[in-house]
Amino acid sequence: MSIFNMRAFKPLVFLLCLLPFILLLVDLINDDLGANPVEKISHRTGDWTLRLLLLTLSMTPLRQLTGWKAPLRIRRMLGLFTFFYATLHFLTYLVFDQFFDWQEIYRDILKRPYITLGFSAYVLLVPLAATSTNGMIKRLGRRWRQLHQMVYVVATLGVLHYLWLVKKDLREPLVYAVLWLLLLLWRVWYKRSAAPVPAGGSQKE
Amino acid sequence: MLLIQSRSRHHIRSSEITEPRLYLDRRRFLGAATGLLAAASLPAALLYPEVGRAARRLPPFTRSQRYTTDEALTDYEDITHYNNFYEFSTDKEEVAERARHFRTEPWSVVIDGEVEKPGRYHLEDLLRPHALEERIYRLRCVEAWSMVIPWVGFPLADLIKRFRPTSRAKYVEFTTLYDPEQMPGQRRNILDWPYVEGLRMDEAMHPLTILAVGLYGRVLPNQNGAPLRLVVPWKYGFKNIKSIVRIRFVEHQPVTTWMKASPREYGFYANVNPEVDHPRWSQARERRIGEFFKRKTLMFNGYGEEVAHLYAGMDLRRFF
Repeated sequence: MSIFNMRAFKPLVFLLCLLPFILLLVDLINDDLGANPVEKISHRTGDWTLRLLLLTLSMTPLRQLTGWKAPLRIRRMLGLFTFFYATLHFLTYLVFDQFFDWQEIYRDILKRPYITLGFSAYVLLVPLAATSTNGMIKRLGRRWRQLHQMVYVVATLGVLHYLWLVKKDLREPLVYAVLWLLLLLWRVWYKRSAAPVPAGGSQKE
Repeated sequence: MLLIQSRSRHHIRSSEITEPRLYLDRRRFLGAATGLLAAASLPAALLYPEVGRAARRLPPFTRSQRYTTDEALTDYEDITHYNNFYEFSTDKEEVAERARHFRTEPWSVVIDGEVEKPGRYHLEDLLRPHALEERIYRLRCVEAWSMVIPWVGFPLADLIKRFRPTSRAKYVEFTTLYDPEQMPGQRRNILDWPYVEGLRMDEAMHPLTILAVGLYGRVLPNQNGAPLRLVVPWKYGFKNIKSIVRIRFVEHQPVTTWMKASPREYGFYANVNPEVDHPRWSQARERRIGEFFKRKTLMFNGYGEEVAHLYAGMDLRRFF
């Protein structure tokens, strides 16, 4: 990773992660979101949540495959951007779909499996985002790693959330499901075949 | 909603029924005298200048005084670029582009089954006897969005009467064109092609049920189901089968495409009903295209006064 100047690398990744949000704003301002802008905002923020989540989960395998350190340096940022897009996705539902109708939201969460899954995934992301600071990592010690294993649960729920809401054409959600499966299989395979490198070691920068 | 009901209750004067006919006759006369197209081009261009010249002209039509609404029309652009038409694409915004070169001429429709005058009819012959009328209907999709659309068409009942179904005809079954060459969506088995829909005979004969050949005063765009589609405004959008090539009269309830795809989720009746949810999402509210927040969904999409009697005594949770 020496060809990259790490100082420029992180801000660059930051901007790249922000780009979908900027494009969404540009489209919104230009009234370029089609006939159903709310649906489009919901879909785009949902897509980017899943993409960034799976990207976050690819950082450890990437490090294991290449030996580069860079993936682990941006992993936290990717994780926090996942949370950022998940929050936008959730707010779209809260404001435009339900307009703070808490009773209806409560019923939705109980009755609709895809909302149950999506909402659970979001709730589980909150403590992960909240404990992402260096101070928290230090304070929680070993428990931090245990807590952050939960990201696998979140990814599973997120992928199922998408699969469950599609009316008929499953191609897109299946792409995410396959990526999710590959990432999990890699971990199982890696644990079995190689002497595990403590992946959390480079958590602290 | 209330406005519409009160209109149908109080505002039908005989003058409003006869007047359009006179108007139409005058148009026909003019058409014969000066050439049909010249006369026909006037109304749509005057009514909807925003639609532009690209859209093709329709024969003359009248505007229904009874089947209309004060609600704002959904933009032409939105109606023609947000389409559920899986034969072309499952992406609603991609359908218009994929359907651009769809050939709707020549077009013929097979009429068969329990009917006295079966046959294959050229579309022009099928349409010729019918006076076209513009009706503004709400359209409520099962995906919880809705539009207000000025269709141009004629009552399905008028067509059915012409072909004289036998006493064994209890249902009408409609079929969409199957042509994977032209309809790329049909190259994959997302649904069991060709698309099939159906109505009970009394639903098909109901005055609200129309066959549409136009919208916004112009010929129906390909992505909206050209050249001939069904419009049943009190049912979810998927009942409104597009690009029809076959109308069959049958004794038993047809198995429709969405019933086959997911019987738990889509029933034969598919009446708009805010109290009976889709198994995966609520039907209590809908997003009117052009609006940000959702509004309440009305029973039978607001056409309860006209159609509720068709389902008297039926358990609408069971017959969803």
